[in-house]
Order: sequence, then structure tokens, then C-alpha cells
Amino acid sequence: MLTLETPVTRTVDARSSYCPGPLMELIRAIREGSVGDVIVVLSSDNGSKSDIPKWIEKAGHRLIGVTPRDGYDEIVVEKRR
Amino acid sequence: MQRVVIIGGGVGGTLAANLLVRKLRREIDRHEAMVTVIDAKGEHVYQPGFMYIAMGGERAEKLVRPERSLLDRRVTLEVGTVSRIDEAASRVELADGRHIGYDQLVLASGSRIVPEEIEHFDAEAHHFYNPTAALRLREALDRFEGGRIVIGIAGMPYKCPPAPLEVAFLIDHELRERLLRDKSELHYCSPIGRAFTIESVSEMATPILAEKEIELHTFFNVESIDPARKVVGSLEGEELAYDLLILVPPHRGAQFLVDSGLATGAGWLPTDHHTLQVGGRPNVYALGDATDLPLSKAGSTAHFEAPVVAERIAATVQGREPDPKIANYTGRVMCFFEVGDGKGTLLRFDYDHPPQPPKPNRLWHLGKLVFNKTYWHTVPRGRV
Repeated sequence: MLTLETPVTRTVDARSSYCPGPLMELIRAIREGSVGDVIVVLSSDNGSKSDIPKWIEKAGHRLIGVTPRDGYDEIVVEKRR
Repeated sequence: MQRVVIIGGGVGGTLAANLLVRKLRREIDRHEAMVTVIDAKGEHVYQPGFMYIAMGGERAEKLVRPERSLLDRRVTLEVGTVSRIDEAASRVELADGRHIGYDQLVLASGSRIVPEEIEHFDAEAHHFYNPTAALRLREALDRFEGGRIVIGIAGMPYKCPPAPLEVAFLIDHELRERLLRDKSELHYCSPIGRAFTIESVSEMATPILAEKEIELHTFFNVESIDPARKVVGSLEGEELAYDLLILVPPHRGAQFLVDSGLATGAGWLPTDHHTLQVGGRPNVYALGDATDLPLSKAGSTAHFEAPVVAERIAATVQGREPDPKIANYTGRVMCFFEVGDGKGTLLRFDYDHPPQPPKPNRLWHLGKLVFNKTYWHTVPRGRV
């Protein structure tokens, strides 16, 4: 999913965090970032797997992809506004 | 001499100190151990009462008692503001220049509100996270004669997660009593995709919001306030107009924890879920709001964490293994939840078991009132 053409600006490792921790970590990264930044969230929380894409859509950012890894998900987001 | 130093005279710090002297009475009497609480003001404040200043006729002076009056006489109380922890020298530095050495350290320094992080918060928004603000909210509600009330959350995590929902329900009740409900709109803004972080509680609260015609706005992370247009804006790009704005202010951990290198960012301490040790340090513990645990920042959390910390430290001082039945925190939390109309429910949960709130009834509402009144004689002294 994540290719070399997608330079990652920041990786948020929220694997030890439960819902809504990973979403709140992503929100913090979005707040601190610039338009065009690509943020990767690593999350092992099931609720966040559905909440984060919903939030990205509502907040007007772009979900680049969700990739299942070994015991966690890698969620890649582009800050659009 | 083993020196146990506890920073913070709130629920967690006070209870941990009293439980420790119970376990270490012999060692303390022989001058082999001492327990010291450091508190900035030497006052113990019952923070859950603040909401009732705004919503229930509570008075601020009833919510404060001298910390000394709640501590066992064997506990030493030092009143002073902590400026830094010098881990290399194992000592706590106070702003007035004093140093207090420790062998075992308990960080019960709580959380603090930082409304100034959102421009115009202080002038435009009301809250109930200190007595002054709660009284100001009460006065604003007294003046309210109808219009749009927006209730939201300006940062997570925050103290007492159910509180803003409780306030929404209680305001709805009050407006109906005052025959103002038909002239009012109530809006509740949640930062996440549902009404409450815990799904089972959200499932209980969402129909109550609907029944009371309180409009729920999800994914609304408060970012800005425009005082000229009287609108509150979200990070997600939405705006809501208000006549009365009530926001949970952003919260942070104690600044000295960041300055001392024990915490980063917002100041929450990296805390082991079960041992409550901080960042793998064998002799530094955290409890209550100060931790980064995925649990409610609430007195109840500190209440159930204090026995774990006390048992672990007592075992170290006494050179024995800690009792595994007491020394591992399971994430236990228990708190009352007001739903208005004189009814309440109870949230009881731990890391592995989400709450199954009983149907709201008058008993749990009365339970909360009784708990608030009897708190001084029970929790800090380790009687419940």
C-alpha cells in the first residue's frame, strides 16, 4: 500500500493505546502538521480501525490506505487542509 | 531509613499515604521508614463537587478541607510547589529552595486545565473545572432565558469523562423545570464518532440524548471560538452558533514532570498498566490523573490504584514479595453517572470488562449524592 512515492512525514505509533487514543494521536499529528504531510498511524485497536477512516472523511483529509500488519494496522493519511 | 515521598495530596496521594502507614506502622515507629506527602497548598479538594456548584447548589467552601486533617499522624506533610525531580540525586526540588530526598517516589500530581490554549476561551466559554468557573456558569444559567446552548470538549483526555454529558442532561432538566426548554436548543459535541468513548456507555447515553432532544454532533474537536460571530469551530471544519457556550477545557499533566524528563508532550506519565511503575523505573510510581493509562481521569481510578502502589512500596521496604492479589492493578474504575430527572446509573469496569450500566434510576442518583457527602470520612482514610 505504502510505496516509495509516498514519503512519510511522521509515524505515530499508537499500538499501546486504546480507542480513542489512536484517533487522538492522529488528531494531534494533523494539528501539528502542514498541508500535504503524510502521517502513518500504527494501531492495534479494533475500534480505531473503523473510527479513524470515518474521522478522516469528515475532517476532509485523504485516507491513502489501511494495511493489516502482524497484530496491528498501518493507517496512512494525507493532511489536505 | 526508607523515605517514601508522595507528590500530591489528592485522592490518590492521600489514600496511598494512609495505606502505607497502615502497612509500615512498625517500620515508621522504629524510624526505619518515613512517609511524606508534598502538596502545593496543603488543601484537599473534592473536585467532583465542582459540577454541583453549577448544577446543584453546592458551595465551594464545603469542597475543601486541610490535607493534614485527612492524613494519619504518622505521615509528614510538606506544603510547597514542586519545581523539579532530580532523579540522579533522588530528590524532589521545591520552588522555595527546599530539597526532599526519596527512596520510593509516588507521582500523584493530577492534571491541570489549560483553557488559555484556545483563544477567547476564558472570555467566551464556561466550564465547571474549578469553583470560580462553576459559579460563573451557575450565574450564566440563572440569566439564561432561552437560546442555543452548546456543550463540547476542547481536548482529550479530560477529568471525569461523563461530566459534560451529565451537565447536558441536568441543564435539559433545569430548563424544563423553568419552562424554558421550548425556547432553547441544546447541542452536545463529541470529539469522537459517538457520544462517549466507551461503547456500552455510548449506547446507553445516545437514546437519552435523543429523548431529551439534545442534538449530538460527532467528530467535533473544538479548535476555535469566534466571539464576534458567537460561533465555535471544530478541527473538522464545522461551526456551531451559541448563546451559551460550555466547554471542557484542555488538560495537561504537571509541568514539572516534563521539565524533569519523566513525561513528554502533554505531561502524562508513561505508566505500567498493572504495576503502575513509571517508564520501567523500579522505585517511581504514578497514580490518578497523572498517568497515561487508557482509563477515566477520575478520583475513582486513583482510589483503586492507591492500594497497588502502597502494597508494592511496603513490600520493597519490608524486603518481601508483594501480595499478587493486591499488587497488580486491573484497571478497576467505578463512578456514578447522572442522567437528569433525579436519576442516575453506575459505571463499573476494568481493563478487560467494559461497563454494563444498569437502567438509570433514582437510587444511583441518590447514591452519588450520599457518596459526595460521606467522601471525607471514607475514601481518603481507606475505609472503602
